[in-house]
Amino acid sequence: MAKIFRTHILVSIDPETLLAGAKGIFEKLKKEIEKAGLSDEIMVAETGNLGISGKGVVLVVYPEGVYYVNVKSEDVSRIVNEHLLKGRIVKDLVFSGELVKGETVTLERPKEERIVLKGSGEIDPENIEEYIGIGGFEALGKALFEMKPEDVVKEVKESGLRGRGGAGFPTGLKWSFTAPLQGEKYIICNADEGEPGTFKDRLIMEGVPYRLIEGMILAGYAVGASKGFIYIRGEYDLSIKRVENAIKKCKEYNLLGKNILESNFSFDIEVRKGAGAYVCGEETALIESMEGKRGNPRNKPPFPGVKGFRQNPSVVNNVETLTNVPDIIKNGSKWYKSFGTEKCPGTKVYTLMGDILYPGLIEVPMGTTLKDIIFKYGGGLKEGKKFKAALIGGAAGAFISEKGIDVKMDFDSLGEYAAVLGSGAILVLSEDRNAVETLDSILQFFKHESCGKCSPCRIGTKQLSIHSKNILKGKSTIEDWERMKELSYIMKLTSFCPLGQSPYIPINSFSKYLEDDIKKMLNK
Amino acid sequence: MDREKILKKYEPTRENLLYILHDIQNSKDEKYLSEDDLVAVSKYLKVSRSEVMGVATFYTMFSVKKRGHHIVRVCVSPPCQLMGSDTVFNYLKKTLGVKEGETTDDNMFTLETSSCLGVCAVAPAMMVDDDMYGNLTPEKIDEIITKYREKKNG
Repeated sequence: MAKIFRTHILVSIDPETLLAGAKGIFEKLKKEIEKAGLSDEIMVAETGNLGISGKGVVLVVYPEGVYYVNVKSEDVSRIVNEHLLKGRIVKDLVFSGELVKGETVTLERPKEERIVLKGSGEIDPENIEEYIGIGGFEALGKALFEMKPEDVVKEVKESGLRGRGGAGFPTGLKWSFTAPLQGEKYIICNADEGEPGTFKDRLIMEGVPYRLIEGMILAGYAVGASKGFIYIRGEYDLSIKRVENAIKKCKEYNLLGKNILESNFSFDIEVRKGAGAYVCGEETALIESMEGKRGNPRNKPPFPGVKGFRQNPSVVNNVETLTNVPDIIKNGSKWYKSFGTEKCPGTKVYTLMGDILYPGLIEVPMGTTLKDIIFKYGGGLKEGKKFKAALIGGAAGAFISEKGIDVKMDFDSLGEYAAVLGSGAILVLSEDRNAVETLDSILQFFKHESCGKCSPCRIGTKQLSIHSKNILKGKSTIEDWERMKELSYIMKLTSFCPLGQSPYIPINSFSKYLEDDIKKMLNK
Repeated sequence: MDREKILKKYEPTRENLLYILHDIQNSKDEKYLSEDDLVAVSKYLKVSRSEVMGVATFYTMFSVKKRGHHIVRVCVSPPCQLMGSDTVFNYLKKTLGVKEGETTDDNMFTLETSSCLGVCAVAPAMMVDDDMYGNLTPEKIDEIITKYREKKNG
């Protein structure tokens, strides 16, 4: 029989807190609790990211819901002696110095709407029973026993879910192309998250890996695939470990493998590890890489949904997209459409960083304005500085200044910059920053990551990087800057894949919102 | 593990190429893929040498040049750059006495740059082999480098 504990302590274990020594704190906490004779009353568990970043080791004590941040080894005995034994909160360690009640919502921030991340930071990401405990795999049961595959496709179609990888293509529609095809089919999860400043997929995989697996099984059932692959970047050690653990547990529970839950449906998932190439985030390049080749993008059409991995029909979906699916199936498309905007339902996960008060992870409804994200959820700028601009979406991202800060964050409102939503990275620059340096760093990045297959991208990214270095040295003229804009536009029109088409977004948006910054640096 | 053993672990299909290269590289002190390695892999998988070479030089995690025992990869993507990765990188260059892509005389470290490591909230960051380090300052770098040197001597 499961034990009942009076208190649960969840220690956030992710690369960031690991750096700050979370593993050591976790072990020490367990030891001290045992020493105090509290092992039967208090449970200590690992959890994913708690939504607080840049604050060292973070842990939360339930039922009080007290967040302790910057916890050091010497603080552990204080937490045990004061809080756990005497019920007195250790005030100097509490996040922002006040008591937080209720959900994982952190202080002073408005409540988030969590679909994808529900349970992240509350449950142990390695423990399948905890995921089941919060309603996990209910959607799978419902789909397998109450719905035909075409019903699942229909439900997702009606939910209006759009691909969270960047293109915003309707997920249900994508599935409906592959579903009628015969033969061996695959579901490929694109977890090659390489966009600079982006780590939301990592946090999803580390926080709620089982929801991703469930989403993939549902996708497999919907389109009639027999096998799934999760392509994770080689640098994401912990994600690979957590996802592999989740797959193993699912097999033990007959949630993966032959005749899932004794139905007629069989499905298996394998993890594939990348080797460091940004371009592999492009779906056809990713497939090439899975086949053991250089990650050069393929010609489209045929699209992967028709001819993908091993020349078989393959549905490629982003981590966040697939993680949305279980709740859509469980609660129905109507429920899902109550979040976000009419054309862009649901939520979006963002990572906030740079000169922002609360860096970290948030999930908010589609259509929330950039202003609200930065000032309400992110707490505004650090040290009361003035906002200069935000770079949204990593390298292939858009600069937006004060002028554009009221923009609604959804695929339609962002218009030609819609692709930046995919990454969900929001890098905030304060008045003290030289945004031209940020632009330069992006252009150097593209030069490095161009795969070299097509000339517009190979030569164009190199040219842009040279021009940009010259601007920083004060050697460029207004003509050079105009030429950069023109060149990036030509690249957008002529490059083979999104990589070469992307520098246009930061350059064009820079010209729209921050042109004066460049002009100041030009040689007149 | 020697090379033959690693190869035998995998079915001889092209799909396993990246995995085999990962494993062989990790098994070697110099953390690189030699010409011999590439030839052996090419024979085992029945894939042309130029194709194997093409893959080995495409991905940043592989190297066909000898490297040091530890690979230091400094993240130079915009969030880290904003928080001072240039300073970090220059400091490492000075401390180790090498340029980008070079190995120290004692073969201990190879200094490389990396694109986003995905730990932007603790920028500037770097990776030494599989270990991540964030919130870097010159003092912290000294500490880390010393730790690796001591590990070897001790």
